Amino acid sequence: MHSILDSSAPRQNLALKLLGVNWGLVLLLGCIAGVGFAMLYSAANGHWEPWASKQMIRFAVAVMVMLGVATVDLRFWMRSAYMIYGLTFLLLVAVEVRGAVGMGAQRWIDLGVIQLQPSELMKIAVVLALARYFSVLTPEEIGRPTRLFVPALLVLLPAALVMKQPDLGTAMMLVLSGGAIFFLVGVRWWKFVLVLMAGGGVIPVAWRFLKDYQKNRIYTFLNPENDPLGAGYHSLQSKIAIGSGGLFGKGFLMGSQSHLSFLPERQTDFIFTMLAEEFGLVGGLVLLGLYMLVFVYGFAIAFRSRSHFGRILALGVTINVFLYVFINTAMVMGLIPVVGVPLPLISYGGTAMLTVMFGFGLMMCVYVHRDARIGRGGDE
Amino acid sequence: MAHDNNRGKLLTRRAIMLAGGQLALLGTLAGRLYYLQVVQADRYAMQADENRINIRLLAPPRGRITDRFGVPLATNQPTYRATLVAEQTGDITATLDAVGTLIPLTDSDRRRVMRDVRNKLSFVPVVIRDNLSWEEMARIEVNTLELPGVSIEQALTRYYPFGEAASHVVGYVAAVSEQDLSADDPLLELPDFRIGKSGIEKAYDLNLRGTAGTSQVEVNAFGRVVRELAREEGMPGQDIALGLDMALQDLAVKRCSAQGSASCVALDAWTGEVLVLTSTPGFDPGAFSAGLTPAMWQKLVSDPLNPLSNKAISGTYAPGSTFKPMVALAALEAGLITPDTEFYCPGFFQLGNSVFHCWKKGGHGNISLRRAIRESCDVFFYHCADLLGIDRIAQMANRFGLGVNLNLDIPGEKAGLIPTRAWKMATTGVPWQRGETISCGIGQSFVSVTPLQLAIYVARLVTSRAVLPRLERRHGVMTPATPVAATVDSDFASLGVQQAHLNAVLDGMFAVVNEPHGTAYGARITDPGMTMGGKTGTAQVHHYSEAERAHGHLTGASVPWKNRDHALFIGFAPVSAPRYVCAVVVEHGGATGGEGGAVAAPIAHDVLLEAQKRDPVRRVPEPPFAAPTTVAQG
Repeated sequence: MHSILDSSAPRQNLALKLLGVNWGLVLLLGCIAGVGFAMLYSAANGHWEPWASKQMIRFAVAVMVMLGVATVDLRFWMRSAYMIYGLTFLLLVAVEVRGAVGMGAQRWIDLGVIQLQPSELMKIAVVLALARYFSVLTPEEIGRPTRLFVPALLVLLPAALVMKQPDLGTAMMLVLSGGAIFFLVGVRWWKFVLVLMAGGGVIPVAWRFLKDYQKNRIYTFLNPENDPLGAGYHSLQSKIAIGSGGLFGKGFLMGSQSHLSFLPERQTDFIFTMLAEEFGLVGGLVLLGLYMLVFVYGFAIAFRSRSHFGRILALGVTINVFLYVFINTAMVMGLIPVVGVPLPLISYGGTAMLTVMFGFGLMMCVYVHRDARIGRGGDE
Repeated sequence: MAHDNNRGKLLTRRAIMLAGGQLALLGTLAGRLYYLQVVQADRYAMQADENRINIRLLAPPRGRITDRFGVPLATNQPTYRATLVAEQTGDITATLDAVGTLIPLTDSDRRRVMRDVRNKLSFVPVVIRDNLSWEEMARIEVNTLELPGVSIEQALTRYYPFGEAASHVVGYVAAVSEQDLSADDPLLELPDFRIGKSGIEKAYDLNLRGTAGTSQVEVNAFGRVVRELAREEGMPGQDIALGLDMALQDLAVKRCSAQGSASCVALDAWTGEVLVLTSTPGFDPGAFSAGLTPAMWQKLVSDPLNPLSNKAISGTYAPGSTFKPMVALAALEAGLITPDTEFYCPGFFQLGNSVFHCWKKGGHGNISLRRAIRESCDVFFYHCADLLGIDRIAQMANRFGLGVNLNLDIPGEKAGLIPTRAWKMATTGVPWQRGETISCGIGQSFVSVTPLQLAIYVARLVTSRAVLPRLERRHGVMTPATPVAATVDSDFASLGVQQAHLNAVLDGMFAVVNEPHGTAYGARITDPGMTMGGKTGTAQVHHYSEAERAHGHLTGASVPWKNRDHALFIGFAPVSAPRYVCAVVVEHGGATGGEGGAVAAPIAHDVLLEAQKRDPVRRVPEPPFAAPTTVAQG
């Protein structure tokens, strides 16, 4: 097969690479972000300030970052995978140490323009490191349990740190996306079953390490009606808002529950609730459909890639974004406990936007370099 | 290549399984949405529209402020107001017309309502009119059915029974401003919340304010409360009792008002409790709570008599001759003179080329300390000041509370100024001149003090302790059980001044009031056992040139009001065991342009005499003030 993007050419022209970016996917991401801007405009009672305008600037910057990431040689990402992971891990330790020293539960590093949350970046760094690790193993090697020890640590160490912050949602995402990649590369079924059973044994122990508010969230999840004014308030109010939206919603800017401030965090974690209240079932399904198209793109890019690293990476990113979407929407619909996971490209927040777009950048990078063959060390 | 193919196939297989899993989960989400928004939609719509859980803040009643006997100086009164919720009203103009037939509505009221309706979210209540009378409230309440969205709210507003008379002490409350919002109290967010802005209302705002309660209510689609789910009562604000004796304060205010712009401070010298603190003219503190109109505000700030300023603590005046006892004391303490030292007064004091005049043209001749205080001889004190130097004068003045901040427990206190060499060098860059000490020795030139400082100065003279003033009464309202201070409060440190020297000065001050040649003989108290001692003072406001001086007419009604001297008096009583002290400053000599002895001393006479007759520091309170009066607190 011959293509202008044939990776046998050592230095591809940047313009050619940009041409090779999957512009359909870019457009799709723009649509989703646009829904986000509209919802942030509504969350501020019909004002661009304080959220929508800032989010638009962030998205513009994030698109640049994404295109930048996409045009870098895929082998660079493979070579740098461990380094990126290592740096992110150090940042994570840094905020943890600083938090312990007495700045409270501060989970970010202030870079002036943006408050960087290392735990958010970790979600992509883990995918990158695992893709690198597994891309060079044969099925036989993967079959050996000793070979799974290092990648398990790659997932569990940051998860433990994040859990301690405490950030149940992010820890959950790290473990689930890590597990999904393990599954993808062919780790045997029975090993998962074993881990799950062991995990079942650990739950009573882990329970004791949970903070009271985390325990409360799980209790409340099990029976929200129990405590309608306390811990169950978010969940109940979110369901009322979604349910009262009905089939077609109450109309843009007309979501009484959201605007009456019954709904907490309507610009961040509960933004889907507002969308479902204002645009109803139709609006909710359209947004989920848009996300599904993104996942289809992700899978297609993965299947089309010739390098094993590229395939794992594209699938890993796709699963990651899927987990964001699923955990967030399932939470606001009362299917799972209330945990702090934003809705990608829509919730107000800088780091999440940057992380997700960095992930999409990697996905596109795989697409741009779909025909590249990559050796064990990230060389040709 | 073979294993590459193998693992590729494995990955594809697993990826397809994952995709299937994801599809199933997305399906679950869609199903859940369908369940919530279609199957259960009616239930949730009902909950949203008819069953909204709403948390409302309950403003706690603000604490009352009373005088030492429990006489209320600031209380709360229930008031009613009509509000309107736009989204329930429909045709707002028609509704306002209907309301207008029941209660008077001005055009500006209507404009304000329309503006608020435009600017606020449609479910936020907008005030139609405040301060409804009971009758107006009832008329609306009866017609609620014809007035959709209109309802009556009850609120408590601040009421000041004595109005102007205690305005500077008690202060006032007003709407929360932007700066106040930085404090983290949800109460401040309430639209009609009032916060202390001056005086005791400000200084003790946090105590008076209390903490918010919450009421969790279910509200139906029309905004009416369906039922209350839970209620958590807040903490009402604490009552604050002052050491003030309102009867005495009232007397002082009446006497001061007659003189225009004046202030009077009376203390219990033993405890520092402020019994009287007046500054005339005052203002109506209640007007701030309701909100001042621009015209009212303009009138207050443009009044030349400056009603908003608390002159008793923020007015700074040259102390004039009231400063002399302190200069004498400094000279005695420094060993420069004895009570028997005599100086010769030819009617002037010459220093190089400068001549400093005594008020008495012909001079006093040979004069001793006692006579010098009694007749207020300037030359005697020129000598004392010249011997002392300014820094020793300043040191003693500061020890007696002059020119220093006394930390009275309301804001606005000024420190005044007692100059020193270092101060002059630092502020003007010019070295201190010996002649300047001479003028300072009779309380003129740079020297400036507040009436409160003058009262503290006398309190310290009669107790020889570093007495500090305080408005709030530590023991609360006086009851028969309250301990009556039988001695000087030992919390106040001793000033370390020789009692013999104090006695010499106080004896001079006795002579001022009680001997025919004394400058305040006309204001003496003749009631047995209540004799007063004191010192008159005249503070130059305008600096006269030699030409004007030669021309005469330096005092009295012939001089423009603004240029007339201030009249001062400080006093204490009874002379046998002084307990009550008083300082009076009448700006520009008051209505008649008189001097300290003629204008200020009579006010002190009345206050000190009445203080001894009432004896508020020992008085056992009698009904109706004995028990805290019951005033509606909502």
